Amino acid sequence: MPFDFLQSLPSIAPEVGLMIMAVVVLFLDMYLAESQRRGIAYVAGIGLLAIAALTFFAWAPTADTQGLYWGGTIRFDTLAHLFKIIVLIAAAITCMIAVDTRGIARQGEFYLLIIVSTLGATLMCGAADLVVVFLALETTTIPLYVLAAFKRDDKRSVESGMKYFLFGSFASAIMLYGLSLLYGFSGQTNLYDIATFLGTDAFSTNAAPVLIAIALIVAGFGFKISAAPFHFWTPDVYEGAPTPVTAFLSVASKAASFALMVRFFTAVFPTDLVIDGQLISGFWTQLAAVLALLSMTFGNLVALAQKNVKRLLAYSSIAQAGYTLMGVAALTSSADIGVASIAFYMFMYTFTNLLAFGVLIYFTEATGGENIRDLAGLSRRNPMLALAMTIALLSLAGIPPAAGFFGKFFLFQAAVNANLTWLAIAGVLNAIVALYYYLVVIKVMYVDHGEFEEMAIPVSRPGGWLLAGAALAVILLGTVLATPLFDWATRGAAGL
Amino acid sequence: MEAIGFPVLSLIIFIPIVAAVIILFLPREGTDLIRGVAITAAAAMFALSLFVYLNYNASVADIAAAQSSLLAQAGRDSEIVDLNLRVGAESSTVLVGQEMTATQMFHDGLAFEERVEWLPQLGISYHVGVDGMNAPMVLLTGMVAVAGVLVSWKVSDRTREFMAFFLLLVAGVYGVFLAIDMFLLFFFYELAIFPMYLLIATWGWVPLREYAAMKLTLYILIGSVVALVGVIAMVIVANQFFLGTGAGIFQTAQTAGILPESATEFSFSMTHLTLAAENGAFDVSGYAGVDGLTFGRLWFPFIFIGFAVLAGLFPFHNWSPDGHVAAPTAVSMIHAGVLMKLGAYAALRAGVQLLPDGAQVHLPWIVFLTLMNVVYGAFIAFRQRDFKYLIGFSSVSHMGLVAMGISTMNLTGMTGAGLQMFSHGAMTALFFGCVGMVYDRAHTRDIPSLGGFMKVMPWVGVAFIIGGLTSMGMPGFSGFIAEFPIFQGMWRASEQIALDIGPLHLTNYYAVIVIISALAIIITAAYVLRVTGQVFFGEFDRAKFPDVGDITVRERFVLLFLGTPLVLLGMAPFIMAPMLESGMRPVLALLGGM
Repeated sequence: MPFDFLQSLPSIAPEVGLMIMAVVVLFLDMYLAESQRRGIAYVAGIGLLAIAALTFFAWAPTADTQGLYWGGTIRFDTLAHLFKIIVLIAAAITCMIAVDTRGIARQGEFYLLIIVSTLGATLMCGAADLVVVFLALETTTIPLYVLAAFKRDDKRSVESGMKYFLFGSFASAIMLYGLSLLYGFSGQTNLYDIATFLGTDAFSTNAAPVLIAIALIVAGFGFKISAAPFHFWTPDVYEGAPTPVTAFLSVASKAASFALMVRFFTAVFPTDLVIDGQLISGFWTQLAAVLALLSMTFGNLVALAQKNVKRLLAYSSIAQAGYTLMGVAALTSSADIGVASIAFYMFMYTFTNLLAFGVLIYFTEATGGENIRDLAGLSRRNPMLALAMTIALLSLAGIPPAAGFFGKFFLFQAAVNANLTWLAIAGVLNAIVALYYYLVVIKVMYVDHGEFEEMAIPVSRPGGWLLAGAALAVILLGTVLATPLFDWATRGAAGL
Repeated sequence: MEAIGFPVLSLIIFIPIVAAVIILFLPREGTDLIRGVAITAAAAMFALSLFVYLNYNASVADIAAAQSSLLAQAGRDSEIVDLNLRVGAESSTVLVGQEMTATQMFHDGLAFEERVEWLPQLGISYHVGVDGMNAPMVLLTGMVAVAGVLVSWKVSDRTREFMAFFLLLVAGVYGVFLAIDMFLLFFFYELAIFPMYLLIATWGWVPLREYAAMKLTLYILIGSVVALVGVIAMVIVANQFFLGTGAGIFQTAQTAGILPESATEFSFSMTHLTLAAENGAFDVSGYAGVDGLTFGRLWFPFIFIGFAVLAGLFPFHNWSPDGHVAAPTAVSMIHAGVLMKLGAYAALRAGVQLLPDGAQVHLPWIVFLTLMNVVYGAFIAFRQRDFKYLIGFSSVSHMGLVAMGISTMNLTGMTGAGLQMFSHGAMTALFFGCVGMVYDRAHTRDIPSLGGFMKVMPWVGVAFIIGGLTSMGMPGFSGFIAEFPIFQGMWRASEQIALDIGPLHLTNYYAVIVIISALAIIITAAYVLRVTGQVFFGEFDRAKFPDVGDITVRERFVLLFLGTPLVLLGMAPFIMAPMLESGMRPVLALLGGM
């Protein structure tokens, strides 16, 4: 394909936009007076939303334009498009909640780091070359290490950043080893070329290297999506990092990692790839199924014992990664439903988790408490905040009309469709365990009496609108908007 | 039936949802306004439900005639009940040419249908409709909703949230009863669970509420999500069937208008799944690689019992008495009155109707569980000192009769089960209303310490006695109309149903079961009479109950409202029985009877 700059632009337009945003934010931070710096948050938030809107409307791939661009390093298709929008929305909401967080609101570099990390995450969604894959992964994660340690005076925050950095670099190294193996025996860096090479006779004698590479790459992804047994960092990092950072990293980096994971499994190790008589997709299906089972079960069981809301959400996020991995396990036998259900789940999970963390931020800013017990009487202190939290928790638990019900339903359906009924049964039983601890939080908010019943909890007006919007999105995605979103996700699957 | 100009069923479902949202945005202090919106919504729902019921009832004779002619065309005698047609027979017993009799009966019986594609790729549609099986349940829900709002008039702690959650609960219940799409049914089923949790945990009886609410929620959800996986698997099996051997049948059904033009082979629609069931899609041996195992035989227990948990089926009834006792009066009423029926209804729809093959294998042993319900529930109720626990356990006992009626797998018994659902719903709501009114004033539910309340609360006394007579199955009350056909159906079934347990070949054991359960009715009579005597008669101690006075006009209206149908149905069973028969006939045709 001859190189055409204008035609190639849409495939990286969001990244270019983010680049410009980053520079703008940097300059604003330098030239604005301390008192005016609150505005940076809104510039960043609205700018990110604008990029998301532009990406959605103007830079969407069509059947004609989808394909590989920039010398085969970037894939432009609906899957990448959808996940880029997830990441952009997550970043936008994070910036706008951060504005009411003490110690962060007026720090321009916070928004800069978020934008750079977002840039990496969007790149992950479209990466089609080993070099770009690794570059994107690191661009996403390195700002996150800094962000986790953003509250320099807070020991827990620093510890969280350090832990995240150590575990993160370890995981990156393991993954890099897997990627280098792939390059080593194929001599290719393009994912699709590697797949072609693996399919040829040149590589038909021994499956072991490929299996090792898969295992290493899955371990790397397992770390990024915090799937058990690669989840060790999650609770401490979630608890210690400033809450907006926790919110961002729990959705954006997870969503982008799932996008990349789907890309890897469908592009590099396609369903029909057989090496030395061994069906490669069978191997990673089993791997994903086992990881799904471990993550769901471990995440949910340990979450039962948590007293801190952020830790609870951390373990719940491990479990959510487990549910989503069911979709990955289903990719082999029903690729379209599998991909669509993963995309749907991540989309609704973004709104849901940001809503939960958003409520928590306003609550913590006003009261200083972040234990479950501290939430007592929230429904009397601020009924709307309690309702928003309830909607988020119900969505995480998978109760209609919140979007989580559809999300889980699609994943279970994908699993049953892929003859993984046992996994679906394990999933629904886990959903019950999860419901218990979510209900406990809801019960504390509505039933229990706290010490400060009379003290209302203020929420800034833009913050209120933001939370209301997210709550509405969760409800709408669970009812009328489920169809268009699922349509879109299915198209993403078809264009792979 | 000709179409009505407006989407009446959607109105029934969405009125409470809209009202709940409006209430949530009203000012917290405007209690009167909140109550006003709630009662207006409830009254509107009831009026629409009554309209639907009466309208459907008017056409029942036509529907029954059409059903008979369909059965005659298929060469089946509409009177003879012969289950042996299918019991023990090999799969695909259906003859060519009659492959969709039952499905057509089901389809033709639906009225007020509304169908909007929701997620067409996954065969999910917003599809609601009324047939003879759910029309009485819809009416019942409307009644209990009105009564529930009226008895909660004086809830003062966060009235706004209480009413909003109560209306959401009602919306969920309506949704389940009206859903003709299995996905929609689950959607509303799960939707109903959360408001119920919060209502019990927040406004319930303090010592027990958190424990009971959590227990109830988890019990019900475990049952339903396992059933959900079963239904997904069912849809996938049906899809394979229609894409393979059943392709011709699928096309014929589309041409005949039984399935809509836009239908695909992958669908959650009950009509679609009924068609698959009728043509033996779930009876193919060798499911999951096990010889002799069919889909229906494997999944029926999970789906049926999964839903029957909510109907209080032994040994999964444990949540029910605690839940009822802990709940505030209105929630007890809707819970025992309507929600338990929801379980039985869903078990009947998703279990028996869609997996008839599995039903024939498993219901013959499940009947023992229902016997345990009836007898054990009655004995435990007899031992209770707490007024509300007594009613709670009596519900377990009476709901056993519903499941027993379903287990007969013949028209008489299943119609009885339907009648019992309605009758028990109104009766138990009345009971819980009475208990609530006594407790609000006496502040105790300890039966021995109460006494003589007839003198101060004559209305409650009379209402309780009416409920009591219904509960023991006295002729002239709806309980008799319901229990008699169930027992009659059991006798009939006893000649046809046999059960093999290892070397044991049990025959005629349904007769033994029915004799034992009939004896349990004596226990029911004993505890009803005992509690009536102890609470309402004897000496009234003014010193002990200084605040006890007569009930208000509003409360009298509640009692009258719930008590009237009990007498009305008892005197004139023809206002409901033919309708239920028409609703059960397709299920029976699927089971191979008639």
